[in-house]
Amino acid sequence: MRQTKQNPGQLNSMGYAPIPGSIAEFRGATKLFGEVVAADHIDLAIFKGEFLSFLGPSGCGKTTALRMLAGFETPSRGDVLIDGDRVNDMPPHRRPVNMVFQHYALFPHLNVFDNIAYGLRQRRPRPGASEIATKVERTLETVRLPGYGKRRIWEMSGGQQQRVALARALVNEPKLLLLDEPMAALDRKLRREMQIELQTLQRQLGITFVLVTHDQEEALSMSDRICLMRGGRIVQIGSPRSLYDEPASRYVADFVGKSNFFEGRLSGRSAGIGSVETRSGMLLSGRTVGDFAEGQTVAVSIRPEQCLLSQSEPGEAAAGATRIKVRIRNRIFLGEHTEYLVESGGMGEFLVHVSRQADAMSGAFEAGEEAWASWPREAAIVLENDATSEPPKKGNEHVEEK
Amino acid sequence: MRPQARNWLLLAPAGAWFLFMLVLPLVVVLVFSFGERGPAGGYVPAFTLEQYLNLPARWTAFKNTLTLAPVGTMLALLIAYPLAYFLAVRANPKWRMMLLILVIVPFWTSILIRSYAWIFILGGRGIPSLLAMVGLENVRLINTPFAVLTGIIYGYLPLMVFPIYVSLERLDKRLLEASADLGSPPWRSFMQVTLPLSIPGVATGCMLVFILLMGEFLIPAMLGGGKVFFVGNALVDLFLQSRNWAYGSAVAVALVAIMLLTVSLYMRFVRRFSDARDDVSLM
Repeated sequence: MRQTKQNPGQLNSMGYAPIPGSIAEFRGATKLFGEVVAADHIDLAIFKGEFLSFLGPSGCGKTTALRMLAGFETPSRGDVLIDGDRVNDMPPHRRPVNMVFQHYALFPHLNVFDNIAYGLRQRRPRPGASEIATKVERTLETVRLPGYGKRRIWEMSGGQQQRVALARALVNEPKLLLLDEPMAALDRKLRREMQIELQTLQRQLGITFVLVTHDQEEALSMSDRICLMRGGRIVQIGSPRSLYDEPASRYVADFVGKSNFFEGRLSGRSAGIGSVETRSGMLLSGRTVGDFAEGQTVAVSIRPEQCLLSQSEPGEAAAGATRIKVRIRNRIFLGEHTEYLVESGGMGEFLVHVSRQADAMSGAFEAGEEAWASWPREAAIVLENDATSEPPKKGNEHVEEK
Repeated sequence: MRPQARNWLLLAPAGAWFLFMLVLPLVVVLVFSFGERGPAGGYVPAFTLEQYLNLPARWTAFKNTLTLAPVGTMLALLIAYPLAYFLAVRANPKWRMMLLILVIVPFWTSILIRSYAWIFILGGRGIPSLLAMVGLENVRLINTPFAVLTGIIYGYLPLMVFPIYVSLERLDKRLLEASADLGSPPWRSFMQVTLPLSIPGVATGCMLVFILLMGEFLIPAMLGGGKVFFVGNALVDLFLQSRNWAYGSAVAVALVAIMLLTVSLYMRFVRRFSDARDDVSLM
């Protein structure tokens, strides 16, 4: 997202023109830890009131980006802006942002009330006791812990501690709420509940949330925009839907959701449709994303839930649809859908997800049976084949994040 | 073997030690304290409160112990805390182990020899002679409370440094980040987070040093030169020189009683202050 150059707003006293509507910005922000590049020239505007997620595997630079916003890391090059002011040298305690830490970092020597009141009590002039009490009680209600003020931290369950951590940050009415893998320590069911609650809370309060997570499901379900990172760089920014449906490369399609990839050479292209010849000589066609030269090695991505399985050969469908004969290798029941691992002579093994309804209609397939797999042309996307397993180029080695 | 029988067997050595080395000697001392001195010294069975009524005769020893032990503990704390803080928080981890070893290096030599060294340093040819060169004549250091305090702090500093070091080192650094994030400048974070969370270490260190100081006799003997003496010195004198075991026992019982009282008061104070925060696991 290089919006930095368009639409320059009013210059502020420091000579920076913030992007209209933005609450924070990275401008070519780079962070080096010795030889290691933890964040590599990040350009990003975070808009007022949005829920933005930094998503990526560990060491992709997402935590470093968040810590640059909080003030725990200073960019080695480039700038960080909050509310139009360059804050590179502003210490954390002066920044109008608050953070929910990964393991909450609640003060063990203070009770719930004093933990939440901590931020208010640091203000100068210090607010009165009754004002503090009112705000703390109100925030406890917001996070659905009314009357818990007197409790000790260690008397609270993991989920409750998480709410206290959230309340401790929210009570200060920060311009940005930073969340560093806040759900990592919760079990799956509780995590799901908290995700919904957090999202509701964000809509309700209108505070800008910036979340760091390695959990693509979490990012997809909560964010307005996802910033997918790799090796310190931003790979793609967009709505969850656009990342899922219009991935910029194989890496994105692989990280966000499940997908099948078929490598091949681009043999022809016209009007956004590319033809790809796989190694075994099969021809696949799909939407092209990005600029490719003919003959270039690309990857065709097909989401498992966009494949259909049928017992007999499907009739002639829309132009460009793919139909192939496969053998069922394995079947895994996953509750809401069934995952089949199928194999075709020309394409190798791939996954097909069949919904329960479809499974009930066509009847479940057994391992060893033959079937037809098909998908419409729009389901196939021709992508840049940036390998996912191999480490990014030198200088961007994975950094162990804190 | 039944688990219960095994538990008792495992406890036996410690129990026997406790009984024969602690309870029994204390009972003996208690019994002796109500007796009388034999004609040639030692102990003659009797039941009299005479020894206890005689305690005020050793008032100076009690007064010295009860002033210099707490003052020495406080001074050791004031010096040890910044040192422990530096070692645990500021020192380069590469050098930390080395620096910690340096703190205990003095323990490798006998306190007797080290006290002799202090006699020379504080004696006429030591610091006073240097002061004389800048015009401060006739400064007397050796055989003063100052000399005894110097020796105390020097000798017991490591005992104070280590517990504080451990509590500071254990402190979750993310709590300081959280404090900064919530708007607290570094010095206030220290007062509001670091200091309260290191209280258990401070309490342990003070307790260790204070209890040992209450029974100290070597340092006052060496650096106090008979002018600044502790209860410990009085005991050595009563048991080994004048062989008045009954009176010595009464003095010992009084010392133990004072120690029990001060330590239990102190414990109550610390517990109320730190409010069971030792039980907290830093999530």
